[in-house]
Amino acid sequence: MTDTPSAPAFEVSDLVKTYRGITAVNKISFNVDRGEIIGFLGPNGAGKSTTMRILTGYIPATSGTVRVCGIPVATRAEEVKRIVGYMPENNPLPEDMRVSEYLYYRGRLKEIPRSRLGPRLDEVLERCDLTRVRHRILGQLSKGNRQRVGIAEAILAEPPVIIMDEPTIGLDPHQILIVRDLIASLRGRMTVIISSHILPEIEMTCDRVLIINRGQLVAQGTPSELRREFLGRTRYLVEYAGDSALLAGSLKLIDPTLQIESSPGEHSGDASRAESSDGFRKVFLTTRQEADQGESIIRVLAAQPGIRLRSFTHSHPSLEDVFLAATKRSWDIVDSPPQR
Amino acid sequence: MRHYFTILNHETRMLLVNPGTYIAAVLFLAVMGFFFTGMLEGYGGAGQEQSPATIFFRFFFIPVFFMVPLLTMKCFAEERRLGTLETLLTTPVTTTEVVLAKFGSAYLLYLALWASTGGFFYVLYRFAGDRFIDPGPLVGGYLFIAISGLLFVAIGVFASSLSRNVAVAAILSFTLLFGLIVGLNFLETMAVIDLEIMRPVKAAVGYAQVFEHLDDFSRGVVDTRQVIFYLSGTILTLIFSILGVEAKLLQG
Repeated sequence: MTDTPSAPAFEVSDLVKTYRGITAVNKISFNVDRGEIIGFLGPNGAGKSTTMRILTGYIPATSGTVRVCGIPVATRAEEVKRIVGYMPENNPLPEDMRVSEYLYYRGRLKEIPRSRLGPRLDEVLERCDLTRVRHRILGQLSKGNRQRVGIAEAILAEPPVIIMDEPTIGLDPHQILIVRDLIASLRGRMTVIISSHILPEIEMTCDRVLIINRGQLVAQGTPSELRREFLGRTRYLVEYAGDSALLAGSLKLIDPTLQIESSPGEHSGDASRAESSDGFRKVFLTTRQEADQGESIIRVLAAQPGIRLRSFTHSHPSLEDVFLAATKRSWDIVDSPPQR
Repeated sequence: MRHYFTILNHETRMLLVNPGTYIAAVLFLAVMGFFFTGMLEGYGGAGQEQSPATIFFRFFFIPVFFMVPLLTMKCFAEERRLGTLETLLTTPVTTTEVVLAKFGSAYLLYLALWASTGGFFYVLYRFAGDRFIDPGPLVGGYLFIAISGLLFVAIGVFASSLSRNVAVAAILSFTLLFGLIVGLNFLETMAVIDLEIMRPVKAAVGYAQVFEHLDDFSRGVVDTRQVIFYLSGTILTLIFSILGVEAKLLQG
């Protein structure tokens, strides 16, 4: 192995890729440390797959530099391919091979010595829960098993870096759980980059998230950092009965930045659903403050005789909200006419 | 080149488990057997001047036209269509290794199929003694098949590297082979090539006459110019195949 242990797993700077005049990736820069699990998010056609292919050394970039474990991809692609385990989108497999045959062949291509390959194969099959289907023909496998063969293949040579393009696409929830555990079990030992559309997936497994849209990196950070950056507030969901003016008044006492936002029902344009038949209504309270104010809000509202409180929740905006906000913001920037 | 034998092994196995290979083999042996018996009947009717091997190998182009496309059409087109070329090229193998290994396995199978026609001559020898078997043209004919096969298979691999559609690859390789074997033969007979200005073209076309090469080999004349023609053609075609595969990567 020729990688330098101190170098970060990925150093990408000003990466550009154009296909016949169309810019698929436009000046993306990011770093990934060793042992991190990175989620790559973006709408279809945002440049996720292109970026991943460049990271593996499969296609050359138009400009910019990529270093994997300190090795520049552009000039030493062979060495990079040795330290990267890659699973492409939809995991293409040859139709007429058996699972164990295929993995053996891939292992030989990845330069695993013959003596070590047998035990390693058993270990990987066991880990990916493929032992039962090891003699089946690849063309006849179910989607879930095919994906797991792809993951098994990616981790087969124990590379320090793994890149997986949509590893959970087309799987049922049970299989997603297995794949998620599998990825989580790599934490700390391997650097993993996965792309996905399934946002809860990314949120549960990934340490850090990169959101790209239209070939540009629009956000990066941990899920909570992104929430703060794009939604910029903490939200509570309150269900109460009583005078709303009274509520607003008492909230001012706790924190002047607390605001009452549209309730879930009103949000969808249906005002009658906001207030249930017994007079209770749901509203969001938002604040710019980061400290949890749940306790003081409950205490004040409970002490207020004009308001009956039924439920109080700290509402976590999902990564979905962040994703929508981030991609929308980048669209606004791209679409807005140039300012002079 | 450390992965060459791994891929060669894999490709050969894939060809051997592929039903298409057996269809090509059966078709090939049936057609060649048909020619062989037809030829022997000719001998039964009247004495012939040439040895059976000389006449038999003159039919070489017919199986080449359908067998080479069948053997080579899948090698890149299918992998590209399925997307497995991506997984293959993201392992530490070079495009050169992949092209050479795919070429090697198709060529080995091509040789194996031709070698099986040796059975025809064995049967002839068994029942007619060595009256008809003249080792010179026989060895010369097989040598010609082995050397010209390099170029023909390379052309098939090249055609496959250009397309993601198996049928397009097959038709393209048929067209290229037809142009090389029959087209150049036809070109030599055209009047236009006798013009003074076409002299260099005439020389080049005269040099690339596959049927004349066969006649020379059958007579036991192994001309190094002809061997170099096939070897250099093979190397050039394989280089173009490597470029063909890599050029597709640049376009995405």
